[in-house]
Amino acid sequence: MARNLSNTKVEMPVQDPQVRAGNFQEVALGYTAEMAMEEAQRCLNCRHKPCMDGCPVRIDIPAFIAHIAEGEFEKAFLTLNRDSALPAVCGRVCPQETQCEQKCVRALKGESVAIGRLERFAADWYRNSACKVPPKPIPNGHKVAIVGAGPGGLTAAGELARLGYAVTVFEALHLPGGVLTYGIPEFRLPKDIVLAEVDALKRLGVEMMMNTVIGKTLTIDELLEMGFEAVFIASGAGLPRFMGIPGETLKGVYSANEYLTRINLMKAYEKDASTPIMRGRNVAVVGGGNVAMDAARCAKRLGAEEVSIVYRRSMKELPARQEEVHHAQEEGIIFRMLTNPVQILGDDKNWVKGLECVRMTLGEPDASGRRRPIEEKGSNYVLDADVVIIAIGTSSNPLIRITTPGLETDQWGGIKVEGESGKTSREKVYAGGDVVTGSATVILAMGAGKDAAKAIDEMIMGKKTDASDT
Amino acid sequence: MYKIVAKTRLFGNAAKMEILSPLVAKKAKPGQFIILRAKENSERIPLTIHDVNLDTGTVSIVYQVVGAGTMELDSLISGDSLCDFVGPLGMPTKTEGLKKVCVVGGGVGCAIAYPVARKLHEQGSEVHTIIGFRNKDFVFLESEFSNVSGLIRVMTDDGSYGRHGLVTDALKELLDEGHRYDEVIAIGPLVMMKFVSALTKKYEQKTTVSMNPIMVDGTGMCGGCRLTVNGEIKFACVDGPDFDGHQVDFDEVISRSRMYEDFEKRKREESCRLFKQEVK
Ligand SMILES: Cc1cc2nc3c(=O)[nH]c(=O)nc-3n(C[C@H](O)[C@H](O)[C@H](O)COP(=O)(O)OP(=O)(O)OC[C@H]3O[C@@H](n4cnc5c(N)ncnc54)[C@H](O)[C@@H]3O)c2cc1C
Ligand SMILES: Cc1cc2nc3c(=O)[nH]c(=O)nc-3n(C[C@H](O)[C@H](O)[C@H](O)COP(=O)(O)OP(=O)(O)OC[C@H]3O[C@@H](n4cnc5c(N)ncnc54)[C@H](O)[C@@H]3O)c2cc1C
Ligand code: SF4
Ligand code: SF4
Ligand code: FES
Repeated sequence: MARNLSNTKVEMPVQDPQVRAGNFQEVALGYTAEMAMEEAQRCLNCRHKPCMDGCPVRIDIPAFIAHIAEGEFEKAFLTLNRDSALPAVCGRVCPQETQCEQKCVRALKGESVAIGRLERFAADWYRNSACKVPPKPIPNGHKVAIVGAGPGGLTAAGELARLGYAVTVFEALHLPGGVLTYGIPEFRLPKDIVLAEVDALKRLGVEMMMNTVIGKTLTIDELLEMGFEAVFIASGAGLPRFMGIPGETLKGVYSANEYLTRINLMKAYEKDASTPIMRGRNVAVVGGGNVAMDAARCAKRLGAEEVSIVYRRSMKELPARQEEVHHAQEEGIIFRMLTNPVQILGDDKNWVKGLECVRMTLGEPDASGRRRPIEEKGSNYVLDADVVIIAIGTSSNPLIRITTPGLETDQWGGIKVEGESGKTSREKVYAGGDVVTGSATVILAMGAGKDAAKAIDEMIMGKKTDASDT
Repeated sequence: MYKIVAKTRLFGNAAKMEILSPLVAKKAKPGQFIILRAKENSERIPLTIHDVNLDTGTVSIVYQVVGAGTMELDSLISGDSLCDFVGPLGMPTKTEGLKKVCVVGGGVGCAIAYPVARKLHEQGSEVHTIIGFRNKDFVFLESEFSNVSGLIRVMTDDGSYGRHGLVTDALKELLDEGHRYDEVIAIGPLVMMKFVSALTKKYEQKTTVSMNPIMVDGTGMCGGCRLTVNGEIKFACVDGPDFDGHQVDFDEVISRSRMYEDFEKRKREESCRLFKQEVK
């Protein structure tokens, strides 16, 4: 087959930055079939498959790419689908530059193969053209409950349903998807994609119980009493952290979770939405991860004139995906690096009017290996802001922890599990995703869902007794 | 979908709805709340649980129409269904060990105060009740409260029913008469709870208030319901809604509750037009 020897990826068409900064439609438009085949031909089909080592779920990358190069898109999708339940999602949101693409040999000289874009292409092609209804699995007579309809929970549900389990997913909010629905904005991950995945699960027979808060409406023990033979907890890490500086309860201060939930889940960006959102003129977003980028880009789309990312380290340490940083820059987001907020200032009616910041310099590397930011004494200055969004991280919600006796958690409130199985300190109770690891990635949550499904199946089928595990 | 099995108008713009939701009915305790969405695309509205019926699996709520969201809810009738209904949320009101309690209710807050008063009565506590309303047309639940209270004072702002004055006037009288309580439980408008707390602080009477800041999810995920209690940030939906009235920063809560005033006003006007058209 013809090889494409170009040192750069085939460009993916995107909406013009000027135009897209005013709408919520998807930014990246995806490859056409021709572009995908051309890019696929850059893959050298390496025998040692180094790229696979960078993928947490070990997708057979050279195999799926070879199918694309041959124009066998359905085969490409089926190869992806063996290891990833949501390739249309991962192709869009995985931090590829630190995972699969980082290990690609083509990155030694030039750019890596565009693995993520190709993954997205195959998944979109399948959703739009083939989309065969899978045969309904034969019921095996066993029942499993899943807590949380985010990527971790949905993956476990799919795996178990395909094995014939009667699966019920319990979700606190009124829509499924977890962060994919309430956190990541439409312009980065269209909600139709998430809904299509959920519909596919429903066709497999998965029951979705919305509006059910485990720990409140029902407890884990009650689920077990109801006859569920195992419970998988994938409730995420949704508890927002605040900075503990003065002014955090002023009007116009949001946690990123609240800001994004109002916009994504409650559609506050639509003209006649019933949920309000403050449309600031000068918006300051504190933090440097994907969450901060999403909040900043939403603020821009809601009409802000100036949106700043305020981050205490430098561009190099920004934890967000490269593509998001790049897109944010193109859209005119201002990056105020080596800057740390010390207080939020309000006017006489308690509306935010500014963010007092101090400049930082980078010192010696700390335990995480990143250079520690140190305050420059007396460098305080005030950044004009009428909306401040705090995106400095989340921890896990305590509702399940405090209502499940015997469920062990770590010092941050994350549920403790044994190795990859996701087995917790409680018999028949498994956990995975952000509720175990703290905020991580979609693909890791999916991997955990898959591993736990396997462990649950082994436990119920008695392939492995509990005794041999401990 | 959650069926509305009954709807009763209480007065002017307040009504009671009984909603089919057996799981919530089974778990609900006095002081807890639910969040509902009337229709697809409606706002999420938090409302306190007024009562439950375990036989029918229904939960009743009492609401007052204040804006677009509650207007939309009020447009539904018995037999219709709510799109979403989730709960019970928040911590139940603590009643253990209380021997003598004064329950103070204001306006629709009385609907929330009533199940607390009844629970106290059932556990053998001595209950004094003070309920206050704008005028005689707004008085409700009086006989229910009477049945569970050793002493009751009904107040109206204009004196058109019961006694003339505010609930704080009645509370001050009882305290001056020498009554002392293990706890004063105040549920009503923010301003009322603020002044009850200010009064009881002088008399060193422990006071619990039920806070109702703006909420979104009600599960601790957004932080929008945060308030300052004793200098610390708390989330009303998971740590509350009950807090020590002497420690709540009421002025901050009142200010935050006005965050969306302009938006709410516009929505209310839009809805008024919309629902008037529907009625015609
Ligand atoms: C704004 C934002 C942007 C992100 N961008 C990226 C990105 O680009 N790439 C990437 O890989 N990762 C990204 N992440 C991280 C990624 O989304 C998460 O790591 C992932 O969603 C975790 O999946 P999960 O299934 O563990 O939990 P979640 O997605 O958090 O889902 C948990 C679900 O459980 C529900 N739940 C919680 N408690 C209960 C309960 N008691 N009862 C019932 N249901 C409950 C929640 O409502 C939620 O629906 C981002 C995160 C955010 C917030
Ligand atoms: C825990 C809790 C229990 C409550 N219990 C009751 C009850 O039993 N009966 C009752 O009539 N009301 C109760 N409320 C208040 C009720 O939720 C609001 O009146 C309602 O949401 C107003 O919506 P709206 O769209 O009609 O009015 P809007 O025009 O949106 O607002 C009018 C007023 O309601 C407040 N409000 C608006 N949205 C919310 C929201 N999402 N959450 C909280 N307050 C909001 C605003 O601050 C404003 O003061 C409770 C609130 C909370 C938080
Ligand atoms: S799932 Fe993520 S890491 Fe794995 S191949 Fe796809 S984009 Fe790369
Ligand atoms: S490392 Fe790169 S070139 Fe080699 S097989 Fe993987 S994707 Fe293809
Ligand atoms: S309502 Fe969102 S945290 Fe309380």
